Amino acid sequence: MDDALRYVIEDLSAPLLHGAAASLQLIVCSVPFGLMLGFAVAVGWVYGNRAVSALCKAYVLLVKGTPLLILLFVIYFCLPSLGLTLSPFAASVTGFIMCNGAYNSEYIRGAILSVRSGQLIAARSLGMGRFQAIVSIVLPQAARRALPGCSNEVIYLIKYSSLAYILSFIELTGAGKMAATRSFRFTLVFSVVGLVYLTMVTLASLFFMWLEKKLAIPGFETTRD
Amino acid sequence: MQSASILIESLPNIAWGLFTTLGLVIIALAVGFVVGLPLGIIQVYGGGSILSRFLSRLSVLYVWFLRGLPNLVLLFLFYYGIFPFLGIDLQPFFVGATVLGLRSSAYQSQIFRGALLSVDQGQMQAARSLGMSRALAIRSVVLPQALRISLPAWSNEYPILLTDSSVCYAIGVMEMLTRASLQVSRTRAPVPLYLATAAIFIVMNYLGMMLLHRAERRWRIPGFGGS
Amino acid sequence: MGDTILRVQGLSKRFDSEEVLRGVSFEVKKGDAKVFIGPSGTGKSTLLRCLNRLVEPDSGQVWLGDDEITHASDIDGVRRRMGMVFQNFYLFDHLTALGNVEIGLVKVLKMPRHDARGFAMSELARVGMDRFADKYPAELSGGQAQRVSIARSLAMNPEIMLFDEPTSALDPELTGEVLEVMKRLASGGMTMLVVSHEMEFVYSVASEVLFMEGGVIVERGTPGQIREDDASDTGAPKQFQRTRAFLRRLDG
Repeated sequence: MDDALRYVIEDLSAPLLHGAAASLQLIVCSVPFGLMLGFAVAVGWVYGNRAVSALCKAYVLLVKGTPLLILLFVIYFCLPSLGLTLSPFAASVTGFIMCNGAYNSEYIRGAILSVRSGQLIAARSLGMGRFQAIVSIVLPQAARRALPGCSNEVIYLIKYSSLAYILSFIELTGAGKMAATRSFRFTLVFSVVGLVYLTMVTLASLFFMWLEKKLAIPGFETTRD
Repeated sequence: MQSASILIESLPNIAWGLFTTLGLVIIALAVGFVVGLPLGIIQVYGGGSILSRFLSRLSVLYVWFLRGLPNLVLLFLFYYGIFPFLGIDLQPFFVGATVLGLRSSAYQSQIFRGALLSVDQGQMQAARSLGMSRALAIRSVVLPQALRISLPAWSNEYPILLTDSSVCYAIGVMEMLTRASLQVSRTRAPVPLYLATAAIFIVMNYLGMMLLHRAERRWRIPGFGGS
Repeated sequence: MGDTILRVQGLSKRFDSEEVLRGVSFEVKKGDAKVFIGPSGTGKSTLLRCLNRLVEPDSGQVWLGDDEITHASDIDGVRRRMGMVFQNFYLFDHLTALGNVEIGLVKVLKMPRHDARGFAMSELARVGMDRFADKYPAELSGGQAQRVSIARSLAMNPEIMLFDEPTSALDPELTGEVLEVMKRLASGGMTMLVVSHEMEFVYSVASEVLFMEGGVIVERGTPGQIREDDASDTGAPKQFQRTRAFLRRLDG
C-alpha cells in the first residue's frame, strides 16, 4: 500500500496532471462551439424554411445515430481524402463539437418550443423584427430552460473526451494507459484515472447547479428532468 | 469505381460484426436490467433496517462511480486490471458486455427509481390495506406500474448502448468498428468503409427505436399516464 | 386629413371557412378613444391584430397617418408607431418589470442603455409601478403585470394605443387599477382603440362606442347617444336596439 501510494505520488501524478490538462483543453475548446452549434441547429429546425429545417433534422438524426468514435474516425481518417488533414487534437475537438451540438440542439429546440407563443407576439408588436425577437426574447428564455440538459451534455463530454486517446491524442486516459503499460499496475492506475474523471465530473455538476441557481428567475421554472 | 468494389468486397466482413455489436447491446441491456432494477428498488424502499440502509447508501455510491467514469476507462480498468487481478480470464467480448452492462445498470437504476417514485402513494396503501405484505405490494402492484412508466426512458438505453458499444474497439472486440478498421488497414480505403459502417449504425439505431416505440404503444394501458 | 391618425377601409379576414371580419371601416382622429364592444368571437381581437398586421388581413386598407400600411414592407416600423396591450399581458417572462419596458427602447429604438433605463423608470412611474421595477412577471399580480405591459407600449411613444380586452383576464378586484391608468391616458389626450366590456369605464372615456357582431360594425354612437336612445320614449324606432340588447345580456 505504501509502495502504491509512493508510486502514485512520484511516478503517476505528473503524467496524469499533464493528461488532465490536455483533457481540459479538449473540453474547453469544444463546449462553447458545441453550444453555438446547438443553438444554430435548433433555431434552424424550428424557424428555418423547409430546406434549412430538413437539413438540421437530418444533421441531428445522422450525428446522433453515429457512434462518436466512428464520427472521430470519419473526421480523422476520411477527411484527408478530401484534402483536409486534421491533427488528432483538431479532429477530436471537431467530432466533439459536432456531437455535442447535435445533442444540445435537442434540448434547445424543446426549450424554444416551450416558450409561450405570446412572447413572440408581444415582441413583434413592439416593432421587433422576427430575427431580433427570436434573439432577444425567445432564446434567452430557451437558454435557461435548456441549461440542465446542456450541462448534462458537458458532463458527457468530459467522459467522452477520453475517446481522443484512440486518435492517439494523449489526454488523461492515454496518459494513464501509457503509465500503466510501463508499470503493469493497471488496476491502480485506472482507478486513479477514474478518480480524476469523477472529480472533474463532480466539480462540473456542482458548478452547473450553482449556475442554475444563479440564473434562476422567480416563477420561471427551469424544468429539471 | 474502385471504392465500390472495395465496399462490395469488405462489407460482408464488416456487417458480420453486427452480430457481435448486437450481442454486446443485448447482453448489456439484460445485465443492466438485472442489476439496475434491484438497485432502483433499494434506493426507493431501502431505509428500514440497518442493512437495507447500508445497501441503499452503497448503491448510491455505485451509481455515482459508474456514471462518473468514461466507458473507455472502465473497459481498461476491468480488462487490464480487475479481471486479471481476480484471475478471471474472459474474452474481450464478455469483458465489453459486462462493463457496458454494469454501466447501463447505473443509468437504468435511476430510471427505475424515478418510475417507482412516480407511482401514486395510494397504490401502496391500497395494496397494504388488502393485507399484502410490503414486499408483495411492491412486487405485484407498484412494480408492474413502474415498469410501464419507465419504458420510454428505458428504450433510450438502446441507442446509447448501441453507439457506446463501438468503444469496445479499444480492447479488440470484433464488433463492426474493429472489423471496419481492419478492412481499412487492408484496403486503405477509409471513406467508403467508415461511412458504410456509420450508415449501418444509423439504420440499426432507427430500426431499434421503431421497434421499441411499437412496444411502448402495445403495452400502454388506456388512461394510464407515463408517456 | 390633418388630424386623422388611423383610417380603416373595408377590412376583411377569413380563417379557413370562417369569415371573421367582413368589411370593417372606421376612422380615428387624434385624441379619440374608440371602444369596440360586442359578443365574443365577432372579430374584435382580430380587428386590432389586423391593424398592426400581427394578423394579415385578406383585403381592405389601413392608413396610419398618411401611410397606407396594409402593404407596407417595413411592418416593424409600423408596429413601433402603434402600442398594443394584450388580454394576457404577454410580459417577457425572463425580464424584470424594468427590463420589459427597457427592451423595446434598447433593441428597437436603439436608445443607449443608460438613457433607456431612466426613461423606462419614468414610464413605470407613470403607471404607478416604479416600486416594482425589479420584480419579475411571475411575482406581479395580474393588475400590476398589465400596468407594466401598458408602460412597455407607452415607452415606445406610439401614435395610437390598441387595448385588446386588457382587464378580462383579471380578477374583478384588480381591474380598477388598470382602468384607472387607461382613464388617465385618455384624459391626457392619448389616441386609443379599446376592446372592453367594462361599461362604466367605456361610458366615461369613449368618444365613440362601436358595436360589432358577425364581423361587421352594426351600430355606433357616442355614449350619450346610446344612453339617450335608451331613455327616450318618443315611439320612434330605436337606433341602438342591438347594442342595448347586448348590454342587457352583459348585465345578466
